[in-house]
Amino acid sequence: MKIALMSAAAVLALAGTAEAATLKISCGAVGQELELCKQSVAEWARKTGNEVQVVATPNDSNERLALYQQILGSGSDKIDVMQIDVVWPGILASHLADLKPLAGGAEKAHFAGIVANNTVGGRLVAMPWFTDAGLLYYRKDLLAKYKLAPPKTWEELATAAKKVQDGERAAGNDKMWGYVWQGRAYEGLSCDALEWIVSYQGGSVIDSASGKPSINNPGAVKALETAASWIGGITPKAVLNYGEEEARGVFQAGNAVFMRNWPYAWALSQKADSAVKDKVGVMALPKGGTNGRNAATLGGWQLAVSKYSKNQKLAAELVMYLTSSEVQKQRAIQGAYNPTIGALYSDKEVLQANPFMGNLYTTFTSAIARPSSVSGNRYNQVSNQFWNATHDVLSGKSDAKSALTALNASLKRLAPAGFVAAK
Amino acid sequence: MTSQTLTSAAPARPSTAESSLQRSRQRMAWLLVAPALVVLLAIAGLPLARTLWLSLTDAQLSDLSTRQFVGLANYIGDAGVLADPEWWGAVKNTLWFSLLSVSLETVLGLAVALMLNHPSRLKTLLRAAVLVPWAIPTVVSAKMWTWMLHDQFGVINAMLLALGLIHQPLAWTADPDLAFTTIVLVDVWKTTPFMALLILAALQMVPSDCYEAAKVDGVPKWSVFLNITLPLITPAVLVAMIFRTLDALRVFDLIYVMTSNSRTTKSMSVYVREQLIDFQLAGYGSAAATLLFLMIALITVSYMALARRRMEGH
Amino acid sequence: MKRIEFTDVLYWLAVPPVLGFALFPFVYAIASSFKQGNALFSSDFWPKTWSLANYAGVFAEQPFGQNLLNSVLVAGGVVALSLTVSLLAAYALGRVSFRGRGVLMMTILGVSMFPQVAILSGLFELISALGLYDSLWALVLSDLIFTLPFTVWVLVTFMRELPKELEEAALMDGAGVLTVIFRIFLPLLWPAVAATSLLAFIAAWNEFLFALTFTLSGEQRTVPVAIALISGASSYELPWGNIMAASVIVTLPLIALVLIFQRHIVSGLTAGAVKG
Repeated sequence: MKIALMSAAAVLALAGTAEAATLKISCGAVGQELELCKQSVAEWARKTGNEVQVVATPNDSNERLALYQQILGSGSDKIDVMQIDVVWPGILASHLADLKPLAGGAEKAHFAGIVANNTVGGRLVAMPWFTDAGLLYYRKDLLAKYKLAPPKTWEELATAAKKVQDGERAAGNDKMWGYVWQGRAYEGLSCDALEWIVSYQGGSVIDSASGKPSINNPGAVKALETAASWIGGITPKAVLNYGEEEARGVFQAGNAVFMRNWPYAWALSQKADSAVKDKVGVMALPKGGTNGRNAATLGGWQLAVSKYSKNQKLAAELVMYLTSSEVQKQRAIQGAYNPTIGALYSDKEVLQANPFMGNLYTTFTSAIARPSSVSGNRYNQVSNQFWNATHDVLSGKSDAKSALTALNASLKRLAPAGFVAAK
Repeated sequence: MTSQTLTSAAPARPSTAESSLQRSRQRMAWLLVAPALVVLLAIAGLPLARTLWLSLTDAQLSDLSTRQFVGLANYIGDAGVLADPEWWGAVKNTLWFSLLSVSLETVLGLAVALMLNHPSRLKTLLRAAVLVPWAIPTVVSAKMWTWMLHDQFGVINAMLLALGLIHQPLAWTADPDLAFTTIVLVDVWKTTPFMALLILAALQMVPSDCYEAAKVDGVPKWSVFLNITLPLITPAVLVAMIFRTLDALRVFDLIYVMTSNSRTTKSMSVYVREQLIDFQLAGYGSAAATLLFLMIALITVSYMALARRRMEGH
Repeated sequence: MKRIEFTDVLYWLAVPPVLGFALFPFVYAIASSFKQGNALFSSDFWPKTWSLANYAGVFAEQPFGQNLLNSVLVAGGVVALSLTVSLLAAYALGRVSFRGRGVLMMTILGVSMFPQVAILSGLFELISALGLYDSLWALVLSDLIFTLPFTVWVLVTFMRELPKELEEAALMDGAGVLTVIFRIFLPLLWPAVAATSLLAFIAAWNEFLFALTFTLSGEQRTVPVAIALISGASSYELPWGNIMAASVIVTLPLIALVLIFQRHIVSGLTAGAVKG
């Protein structure tokens, strides 16, 4: 009798655990990002009868990466689903589960570039969740005042910026600058620098086909020289320690004609307390000269499943749900998160909430990925050397030619046999 | 109290009993010291040994088990720490930082100590005010100063512009020429109180008859200072300087929070952490850490040898 | 009337700049913390309208209350452990002469000179192995590396001065060593204990690198890390108002402690470096 009862209890208990598992997801750290994630996650939990815990992680990208590396490196199952930056698949690939068999072809609806970015050594290690690309913000009221057209090339931008800056300063606003961007020695500078270099047809630091550094070329030299020439002229020297927020602070206070930043700055610039409300235009970043091309660095975040999770299949289902069209549409409308599914860019409701998403479709589909997949788990070092070399040129410590020659050499030293994506 | 009880309890054969008492006391002493030694061994000795061991491998932090012994390759050799110009840049930054900070702190600390030593009704208030920078956590100081030195909205630039001392806001933490100065400035602000207190204590230990004798002899004040005060407080000041130097060589918090991984201000500790955590290079990072440790150990050991000779001489 | 000396003039000239230099940053932080929104970016020193929004914001965006509690727990735990262990060791090192005592003292002091980064990876492995990762115990253990040597050193200095007669009398009465240390000497050592407790508390409160490396989740963070990582409502924003408010919250108790116990702190600092 007792044994029967006990085995019945055991069977019930087992059945219970098979039914309702608890997953731990880290997605978003603060504010709206966290709220939206919690919302969607709670929806899925309700629908499937599972429990999901949202784990708090540091907001700073570097700290978050360090956290993931510590957890994954020790094989812990503390987090099942992780929100990872677009440059981390290569670094974390060996610890992440392959989602291709579990996605059932769902990844085909997403932007091919991002899916390729998330595929390391033939394994799809993360599903795209939302995307970002560098944009040029400009003061349409000032351009109209000085009868200037939105610039198509960097040269046009420099001329326009100078004209407006000098004009505004003469008129009394001595804090006015022409162009602000991210020039601190950090990952953000790699983003900005990649944009300049690609816009001048200078390649993307490491050639993804051959795995060899390709940074020492005339296009790249011209790009860095151009950027260095802005400093002190149309760009304050302080830009050498600017991140996204510092640049936005200057632009939003009305003290810059142009700004390079991510899409998030749009919503903030249209808030009631912004000095530039209704005066801001958004467009693709300029080309490098007449032979150049528009280039925006690919940003955005993905969702990945830890290899050490005890519920890999269930975690993958959560990931598929969160990256599905319905949830992405909701996030686009509620939080202006740029979807990774092309079809949503012609969705009426999405466009109503975010008018310029339609114009930016081509920018997002043609965004340039940083060389993270090809450098694999050495991406941090590659980016570090890249941004330091750029910073040296910008601060005048070195000229572009020698800095890029040295960079090419040091990248070669990192991987003498060429870079190959991590296994 | 003493002799009665002692003799009544004294054993028949004093010498052996006393020496066995002594020996049991010595055993007890070792037992009492044991907890402290065990703790220090566990959290300092073993990790240090581990760092030394890891520095001889090519371990990656993300997967420590797949490491291979590489001997001294992390130190010497083309890909070693000693061949990395960034390491030497960090060494240079750290040495410069230590030299500038400690000298400034000593000189200013001396001035503040003299001021605090001056008879006045404001003495306690002054001492309290001077202690405030020291009481503020380093991270908080770093954030406060970063905000004050903000190039767009910072109050320092606003004041300097208003006074006409500069024509354009300065980029205190961005400009490579200024960033280093900024770090030294904040460190001096934070640590001068510490030096001032130590020097003040030394000043107060100078016997007053020295001063009285000088007064009687009519020696001018500045001469008193140079020939009496300074020589008497020099030993204490030197001790304080050495402790401060050892601290400065290990600087991390301030630089990390104000300028993060910027090359112009990177200290050796920041370099080690970058290699270890940002790049996950456990082997290489441990080698750099060991080099830093050896540098500090060398200075510490030399100082202790000198100090021990002084102590044993007492 | 007392003759005004040159040194008096120097003194009165020096006082205002010294006071200003020492106090200005903190006063400015207080002023900034009460400014709301865009008022931060204007050039007025004092806020036109005083607002508590930043203080509310600090607690809203991160579990700051929890962080404060964590710091108190860690610092308190470190002090308690340090004192217990150090009292035992200081008694032995200060009052019993045995071979190797000098070397031991020097070694213990030497440990406090270790660069934190030198033991970072080793400590990380130890803490993971003990399963203490992302828990406050990891910090209590690792902070001992600088509080323990300092506490031992200062207590030894004071232990040496205590009268031998008290000890001998107690031992003759059959008291054990532990009774001697904790019942007889501890009350006499009170000023020294207060001083080192305060200094150890402040040092553990301030500690940044270990707290940054060994804790992950927001709920486990201590205050310095929480402040360094404060972010605003979007992942890029740096809310200076909130940061200043947090700084004020964290610093006021510390300043109060330091001001009340000024003399103890000074004696503790000087005992370690100037005496001995």
